[in-house]
Amino acid sequence: MLDFDWQFFLEVLIGGLLSGVMYSLVALGFVLVYKTSGVLNFAQGAMLLFAALTFVSLVEKGIPFALALAITFGVMVAIGIAIERVVLRPLTNRPPMTLFMATLGLSYILEGAAQLIWGTQVHGLDLGIDDIPFEVGGVLISQFDLFAASVAAVLVLLLSIFFRYTRIGLAFRAVADDQFAALAVGLRLPWIWATVWAVAGLVALVAGLLWGARLGVQFSLSLVVLKALPVLVLGGFDSIPGAIVGGLLIGATEKLAEVYIGEYFGGGIESWFAYVVALAFLLIRPSGIFGQKLVERV
Amino acid sequence: MTIATLEAIPTSYTPRWLTPVLLLGIAYLIIPLVGTSYLFEAILLPFLALSLAGVGLNILTGYAGQVSLGSAAFLAVGAFAAYNFNLRIDGLPILGSIFLSGVVAAAIGIVFGLPSLRLRGFYLAVSTLAAQFFVQWALTKFSWFSNNSASGVIDAPPLSIAGVEFNSAVGRYLFSLTIVAVLTFLAYRLVLSQTGRNFIAVRDNETAARIIGVPVLKTKLIAFGVSSFVIGIAGVLWAFAYLRTVEPAGFNLDRSFQILFIIIIGGLASIRGAFFGAALLVVTPLILSRVGSFLLGDFFDSGVLDMSQRIVLGGLIILFLILEPDGLVSFWDRIRKRTTTRLLRQ
Repeated sequence: MLDFDWQFFLEVLIGGLLSGVMYSLVALGFVLVYKTSGVLNFAQGAMLLFAALTFVSLVEKGIPFALALAITFGVMVAIGIAIERVVLRPLTNRPPMTLFMATLGLSYILEGAAQLIWGTQVHGLDLGIDDIPFEVGGVLISQFDLFAASVAAVLVLLLSIFFRYTRIGLAFRAVADDQFAALAVGLRLPWIWATVWAVAGLVALVAGLLWGARLGVQFSLSLVVLKALPVLVLGGFDSIPGAIVGGLLIGATEKLAEVYIGEYFGGGIESWFAYVVALAFLLIRPSGIFGQKLVERV
Repeated sequence: MTIATLEAIPTSYTPRWLTPVLLLGIAYLIIPLVGTSYLFEAILLPFLALSLAGVGLNILTGYAGQVSLGSAAFLAVGAFAAYNFNLRIDGLPILGSIFLSGVVAAAIGIVFGLPSLRLRGFYLAVSTLAAQFFVQWALTKFSWFSNNSASGVIDAPPLSIAGVEFNSAVGRYLFSLTIVAVLTFLAYRLVLSQTGRNFIAVRDNETAARIIGVPVLKTKLIAFGVSSFVIGIAGVLWAFAYLRTVEPAGFNLDRSFQILFIIIIGGLASIRGAFFGAALLVVTPLILSRVGSFLLGDFFDSGVLDMSQRIVLGGLIILFLILEPDGLVSFWDRIRKRTTTRLLRQ
């Protein structure tokens, strides 16, 4: 370790942190729904795929960028409302695990529908940002990653402001704190849930566009949930800062491990390494970094 | 007649053992005579393997209340362990390697069950995904597991017990049927035993269970071990009796979800439920492809079939969770009760 290449280390670290932001972006959608309805929404990845696929197909049909964005957002809102009406409402007061399994079914429906409507071929998505690395003090940083990171930052900022300073945000927090109390003071739960799912749809759209530009818009896009889950476990299901920090941690350790110890395992360890990191961490702090409720703890 | 007496009538006339024995009689004596090879290859063999996997997962998730999203990993462990035992230990009878593969799956299940001592609910469910990804990765990465074959594909060895061959479709069916019947009976006995009661106590209220003296941690690990044992053997049947050629990629997350769906649709905490659920999940795609190609003709290619299968499966899950949360089993019981009372009244 005498001639340890710090510059290379830094490059890997920054690359990892930036890709971690992409994980956070997906995790954010989970946190929103979990905070307000206590549901671990497995369908977030399918929503992401659905949004990205819809957007790309619209753009390929010659619809201008902004309009396509608006239409897709409209579709995601409609889906959010439909989910509340058809799936969540009949399942009110059921155990959280039942709701989780319902979102599993939901993800199957959304994945199937997205590909049935728009086809299964891979679409390229060009957001107009070149993925050309540039150099800062001898360290190469991807321009696209930086763009994604700033989008995520703006999104988190907007969501925080929304949660803190608007009436709807206040209602969200009330529901997150205590559903019964929220009902008792007259908040309309169905409406709030529909809104939350619509916002989750918006987050899915943003994440879907960024991930789609990176990987191409295709079925495997819905598998990014599997990248977001360890982030959630690490950060706590109900914490927005947790999703961010968790994403950064997972992104960084994953990249570092892949580069420095991956060769001892024969490579390809990124499929499970994040889970091991999250599990190891949980053995010490079972509710994650920022998770607040300790109810689920043994 | 009052409602109370109506409810008391139905099942008490038939002894408990009658239905299973009748079903087994039909399965052993009549089906081998009348069944076509399509029935065995496309329906009964996957049905038996998936049912057994469902029984295994039901012990863990239905009875002990620990949701696992990594069942396919234990199917894979079972299949690959049996392959290696058979390959590397000379003279070990096939039943021996099957049993040992169950033991290996149980051991690995206990290891991946360790987080359950600290985690609950969603956190645990997510942590079981670690098993899913790790096992699939290990089996693909280290070619030793598949005897250095390309991309980890393994071929099933011939099935024979004491010189009797079971390699025809009917033979493999009888082979699977016997193993499934024996393990199902053992699972049934287990859930009625003290251990089974402990499972339920841990599921319903962990704190209360601890107070009345149930060893919670031990019970959870036993549940993981037993469940993985059964699922591992189901994996052997899946690989050796049904597909004959498998690769690690076949034991993916979709397979895990499929087994979870089997017990949700069939009925949680019900041994019979696994069979109901597996039957529905095996037959639905077949019916769907027939109906689809009949109605839509050429438009209905394999891609469309695949997608519509996903939609139907997802819809079924949601429908069952909303309308019949106790699964097909409770639906079946209701129908049977209604018909028996109607018959008795006439």
